[in-house]
Amino acid sequence: MTDTVATPIEPPARVPTDAELRELERTWGDRPGLRGWLATTDHKRVAARYLVTAFVFFLLAGFASVLMRLQLARPEQTFVGPDLYNQLFTVHGTAMLFLFAAPVMFAMGTYLVPLMIGARCVAYPRLNAYGYYVYLLGGVVLWGALLANTGPDVGWTAYVPLAGPDYSPGHRADVWQVVVTYTEVASLAGAVVLIATIFKLRAPGMTLNRMPLFVWTMLVMAFIVIFAMPWVATGSTIFLGMDRLVATQYFNPAEGGDVLLWQHVFWFFGHPEVYLILLPALGMVSSIVTTFTRRPVFGYPAMVLAAVATGILSFGLWVHHMFAVGLPQLAASFFTAASTMIAVPTGIQIFCWIATIASGRPRLRVPLGFVLGFVFIFVLGGLTGVMVASVPFDLQAHDTYFVVAHFHYTILGGVAFPVFAALHYWFPKLTGRMPNERLGWWTFWLLFIGVNAAFFPMHFLGLEGMPRRVYTYLAATGWGDLNLLATVGAFVMTAGVLVFLVNVAWSLRAGAPAGENPWDADTLEWSTSSPPPPYNFAVLPVVEGRSALWDRSGRAPIVTGLRSDMREQLVTTALDARPSYRHLMPNPSLWPLAAAAGTGLLLFLLIFTPWGIVIGGIATGLAILGWAWPTRRHEAEELRREREAA
Amino acid sequence: MTDWLQSVLETAGPQARRLLPLWRFMLVVSVLVFALVIGMLLWAVCRRRRAEPPSERGMTRTIIGATALTVLILFVFLVLDFTVGRALARPPRPGPVVSITGHQWWWEIEYDDSLPQRRVRTANEVHVPVGQPVVFRLRSADVIHSFWVPSLGGKMDQIPGRENRLWLQADTPGVYGGPCAEFCGHQHAKMALVVVAEPPEKFARWYEAQLAPAVAPTDSSAARGQRVFVEGRCATCHAVEGTPAGSNIGPVLTHLASRLTLGAGALPNTRGNLAAWILDPQTLKPGAKMPPNELSPADLHALLDYLGTLR
Repeated sequence: MTDTVATPIEPPARVPTDAELRELERTWGDRPGLRGWLATTDHKRVAARYLVTAFVFFLLAGFASVLMRLQLARPEQTFVGPDLYNQLFTVHGTAMLFLFAAPVMFAMGTYLVPLMIGARCVAYPRLNAYGYYVYLLGGVVLWGALLANTGPDVGWTAYVPLAGPDYSPGHRADVWQVVVTYTEVASLAGAVVLIATIFKLRAPGMTLNRMPLFVWTMLVMAFIVIFAMPWVATGSTIFLGMDRLVATQYFNPAEGGDVLLWQHVFWFFGHPEVYLILLPALGMVSSIVTTFTRRPVFGYPAMVLAAVATGILSFGLWVHHMFAVGLPQLAASFFTAASTMIAVPTGIQIFCWIATIASGRPRLRVPLGFVLGFVFIFVLGGLTGVMVASVPFDLQAHDTYFVVAHFHYTILGGVAFPVFAALHYWFPKLTGRMPNERLGWWTFWLLFIGVNAAFFPMHFLGLEGMPRRVYTYLAATGWGDLNLLATVGAFVMTAGVLVFLVNVAWSLRAGAPAGENPWDADTLEWSTSSPPPPYNFAVLPVVEGRSALWDRSGRAPIVTGLRSDMREQLVTTALDARPSYRHLMPNPSLWPLAAAAGTGLLLFLLIFTPWGIVIGGIATGLAILGWAWPTRRHEAEELRREREAA
Repeated sequence: MTDWLQSVLETAGPQARRLLPLWRFMLVVSVLVFALVIGMLLWAVCRRRRAEPPSERGMTRTIIGATALTVLILFVFLVLDFTVGRALARPPRPGPVVSITGHQWWWEIEYDDSLPQRRVRTANEVHVPVGQPVVFRLRSADVIHSFWVPSLGGKMDQIPGRENRLWLQADTPGVYGGPCAEFCGHQHAKMALVVVAEPPEKFARWYEAQLAPAVAPTDSSAARGQRVFVEGRCATCHAVEGTPAGSNIGPVLTHLASRLTLGAGALPNTRGNLAAWILDPQTLKPGAKMPPNELSPADLHALLDYLGTLR
C-alpha cells in the first residue's frame, strides 16, 4: 500500500560486496530443476510448501463442512446419507486439527523463527524437509481414502470399541489411525527442529529474555508436541493399531482390556493439542499488536510466564472431556478446578494486549482487525469453556451442539483468526508484495459475521437437546430454523475464504512492492529483503534489545567471520546467546524425501498388514543410512582450497 | 411426537432444575465479563490519543486487578459447581431401579425386581412414576452410548464392560426425549429413548400390563399374523412373551402397540409407519440391523393386525 512508509534501517556497518552476495546465493541456494526443487532444505521453501499444503487441506476440510451444513439445513434431508456424513465429520475434524491447525503453526514457525532470531537456516534442515514430506503423504492418504469411500467414519476422537476391530470392520478406522501417525511423526520432527533452532541458533545478543513472544510461544508449542504427541502415537498406532491388525485386546473388556484406556490416552494428547495450536496463534497476535500499536507488548515477563503456564497446565485437564464416563466426585472436582484455572493465564495475555493497544498508537489495518475479531470470538469461546468446565453443566452440554459451538469459537477465534491476521501481516515478507487492504477487510467482515451466524445459534441447539455428530434430525424437534441460520453462516464464511483467495491471487500479481519493512515492525525478519534470499541475511545481525529493529543503535554490531562459500551457521549458547562455534549445515539432499517415502510406505501398508512395519522399516532404514552416510565433500573442498592457496 | 420435551432449559425434574440457577449465574457473569473485555478493547482502540496515555503503573495495577477478579469469579464458579454437583450425587430416597442397555441403535430396558417374574422387559420407552427418584443402571452391549434426558438431568455414558448409575426424577407427567449422546456409529442420529412420566397409580397399571405375556390372538387375521411372526423371519431376532418367539437380538415386542415410537424414536408408532418399517427399515433408518422383508399384502396386513393386538 502506498501509505506505508518504510523507515530506513540504519545501514549495517559493513556492506557486503556483490561478489560475496553471489557466493552466498550459490552456497545457500538450491540447484535448478526438479531435483533441486525436491532436494531443498531451505526452511523458507519447505515452510512455504507446508503453508500451501495446510491451506489446501483447510479448504478441503471446509468444503466437507459445507456439505454437512447443507445436509443439516433442513430436517430429515437425504442430501448426504449417514454413511457419507459420518465420514465427512470425521475427516473434517481430523483434517482441521491434524492437517491444518498444527501444521499451519509449524509452517509459520519454520518460516519465521530463523528469520526472527537472525539465523541462516533451521537446525536439522533435512529433518525439517522429512517432516514436511511425511505430513504431505498423510494428507494425501486421508483425502485419497475419502475419495475411495474409505474415509474414516468413527469421529476424530475414534473412540473404541466403535473404532475397534469388532465394530469397524474394513479399513476406515485403519486410515484414521495411520493418518494420525503420519502427522505425529511430522510434528515431532518439526518440534525437534524448532526447539534446537530456538535454543542454539539465535543471533548473538538475543538472550532468552529478549526473544520475540512469537518465538517463545513456538518454543512452548514444540515442547507440548514432544510431551503430548507420543501419547496419541501410543494409543493409535500401538494399542488401536495392534488391536486391529494383530488381535491384541487392549480395549476389549471381555479379555481384561478397558475401553476407557483409549479416552485417557487420547485426551492426554488431545487437550494439550488444543493449546499447542492456540499458543503460536497467541504469539502471532503479540507480533501484530506490537507492530500496529508501535510499542512492545506490555508485560513481556507476564506474557512469557502465561504462555509457559498454559503449556504446563494444558496437561492437567484432559479428564474434562470425560465427565460423563462416570468419574468419582473428587476426580471430577480436581479437573474442574484445573480447567477453570487455565482461564487465568489466557486472561492475563488478553489484558496485556488491551493495555498495549491502549497505551500505543494503533493503526487499524487488516491484521489488527483480525486481532480484534480474535479477541471477540475467542473470549466468547473461553467463557463457554469455563461453563463446560463445570461438571453439572457439562453433563448437560457434553456431546451436544453447545460444545460444538464452544470449540468452534475457541478454534476459529483462537486459531483461524490469528492465522488470517498472520497471513495478511506476513504476506509482504513471504511474497514481496502488499496484500490488498480493501479485499482484506471484506475477508474479515465476511468471516466475522459468518462465524457468529454459523456458530452462535448452535449454543441454543445444544441446550434444546441436539446431540452432535447426527446426520439428520426430525422436523418435530423444531431445530430447523437455527440450523438453517447456521448453514447460511457457513456460506458467508465460505465467501470470506474465497475473497481471501482472490486477494492472494490479485496481490501476487498486482500488489504494491513491499520493501523490507512495510509495516515498520520490530522483529528481525523485517530487516531482510522480501521475500528473503536463500541465506536470509546478507549480514548477520547482533541484537541489542527486545525489539531488535526498534532498539538498534546507530552503528549496530554485526556478526563477521562466517564463511560465505560454505553453509556455516553461528551456534550460540542456549540462555545468553553468546557465540560458541561455527557449525557446518548439511547440503540439500534427496534422502529426506526417500526416508519420508519409506515412512509413508510403512504407514500406508499398516492400513492393510502388520508387515508394513518390516517392509517400510527396511525402506526407511536404508534411506536413513544414505542420509547419514559420512561424506568427505567438505574436507576435500578444504584440501583443494589449501592447495590452491599454496 | 411433537409434545416431547427435550431441553436443558425446560426442566421437569430436580436435577435439571437444580442446574438452572448455576446456569443463569454463569450466563449473567459471562455476559458481564464479555461486555467488560470488549468494552475495554474498543476503548483501547478508539481512545482519543491527545489524552495522556495510561501510565505503566496504572496499567499494571489494572491488570493485576482484572486477574484477581478473574480468579475470584472462577473461585465462586467452582464453589457453586461443587455444591450443585454434591447435591445431585445421591438420590434422596430409594425408588425403582431400571437397567438400560445400549445397543446399536436401540435401548434394551429391564426393571429390577427381586422376583425374576416381576421384571418388566421392554425397549426404547421407559416409564417412570412421577415424584419418585429412579435409579438407572447403564450398560452397553456393544459400543459406547450415552443416556441423556435433557429435561430431567445430565447425561451418563454407557460403556461396555462397566456399569454406571444415574438417578433422575420427573416431577410433572409428560413425555421426555432422550437422544443418544455419544457417537455410536451409523445410526447414532436415530437412536432416541422416550421417557414417559406418569402418576404412580397409572405407572403401576402400566407395569402390571407390561408384566403380562402377550394375549393370544382372537380373530383369524391376527392369528395368521402371529404365524407369520413366529414362523417367519421376525422371530429370528424378536421376542414376544407368551409365544415361541424368544430371540433377544432385537427389541422385545411383547407390548409393541403400547409404545409411542418405532425404530428407537425414529418415527411415530402408527399402522402405516409400522408397515413401512417392516417392509423397508433401511430407507427409514439406513444401516439399522433389521433387514428388509418381503411379505405378501395379505401376510403384511395379518402381521400388522397381530402386532396391533400387542398392547
